[in-house]
Amino acid sequence: MSKLKPQKEYEKTRSFRFQRWLGGSRDPYVGQVEMQPQTPVELPELTIRERLRDSQAVRDKVYDIENNKKLNLFRRIYVLAAIVYCAGLAVILLAMVASLPPTGEANRPVNNEVSARYIENGLQETGAVNIVTGMILDYRAFDTFGESNVLFAATTTVLILLHMKKKKNKEGKVEEIESDRLLEPKQDAILQASATVLVPIIILFGIYVILNGHLSPGGGFSGGAIIGAGLILYLSAFGFEKAKKLFTEKLYKGVSFAALTTYCLAKSYSFFTGANHLESHIPLGTPGAILSSGLILLLNICVGMVVACTMYTFYVMFRKGDF
Amino acid sequence: MSVWEWIRLLLGGALLLCGLLIFLIEMYGVFRLKYVLNRMHAAALGDTLGITCSMAGLMLLSGFHFSTLKMAMVVLFLWLTSPVSSHLLARLEAGTNEELGDHCEIYEELKVLEAELQEQREASMQSETPDEEEKE
Repeated sequence: MSKLKPQKEYEKTRSFRFQRWLGGSRDPYVGQVEMQPQTPVELPELTIRERLRDSQAVRDKVYDIENNKKLNLFRRIYVLAAIVYCAGLAVILLAMVASLPPTGEANRPVNNEVSARYIENGLQETGAVNIVTGMILDYRAFDTFGESNVLFAATTTVLILLHMKKKKNKEGKVEEIESDRLLEPKQDAILQASATVLVPIIILFGIYVILNGHLSPGGGFSGGAIIGAGLILYLSAFGFEKAKKLFTEKLYKGVSFAALTTYCLAKSYSFFTGANHLESHIPLGTPGAILSSGLILLLNICVGMVVACTMYTFYVMFRKGDF
Repeated sequence: MSVWEWIRLLLGGALLLCGLLIFLIEMYGVFRLKYVLNRMHAAALGDTLGITCSMAGLMLLSGFHFSTLKMAMVVLFLWLTSPVSSHLLARLEAGTNEELGDHCEIYEELKVLEAELQEQREASMQSETPDEEEKE
């Protein structure tokens, strides 16, 4: 097909032949090579019987376990080797435990300059009373960012594999997915009554754990898991129809994307200023206050949102395949 | 130590031991009993009474401050959730096990109600099926 040349002239060019060869529209051997028509191969009946007999003989030989000397030898050696291996492993591990330095000793290899730096300067440099949060969200924030992205990637994989797209009729109406999972009894009065009391408390507690991540044990991962559990409880008590009013696919996409982007941008800023020895303009605040410790509170909220969305989406995908 | 502290220590220890005993009974019941509903009865014992005794003992031993309130919240939370989850499990068992009558007594009224519900369901299924045929 050429716009510049007529069709007959174009068929003589090299590019046309190359295109034809590439597309496979013409077999290059047809008309060029002498060919013989193929005849279907017919096996005589004798060979079929012989083959059956041979394969039976092979099977008998292979599965004749009792008379197989090598196999019996291997089994005995296997039992012996397993016992020796387990005993050796136990001895090695026990010897290692015995030669460990006693707990709390100053000369332990754990007590090196890294942990000393974390413990001595952690509060000053990160502003977080909870040193663990200061470590995972300030010194090692890049690692935590990777973890959040792993969660996001896992959810994306589950969405790709398990998301059932709604089929549309000829009339354009969305068909309900016919599945017995939708018909199970969900409207349980006792569960609904207890969920009415519990869901707000659970979600509030999750928010408390996230917001206090830099002051007390907790943080984004655990708080997000608590919020996700509250959402799942709400869903299993009141059904998909009501849960859909809050949590849709759009919300999931928006929240995950916004949280990960905020995390990335915030940490990029602090990495940039830190690497170039610039002064960071984010105040650390007074240690112990809610609004303190710089970026850690924001990062905790981001991580918590990603974790909550991940948990809820996993549950929904495995339960029904749709939001 | 004053007399009151001694009393507190003894009471707290007694409550903790009592909770442990209840947990032991629960473990024994869970492994001894054969049927699901019986096992659940044993398991619910520990989640309600056992945890209450243990937590009350701990509250007495630790004295009165903020963590005491947290322990009380734990007990309240378990009281709210554990019976509900037991109820859901029992409901699932009663709804799916066809040979429920072999293990426990089913009241006549419930049987009548179930038969009526089954009839209604069949009637609705029959009324639904011709509609679909008409659509096709």
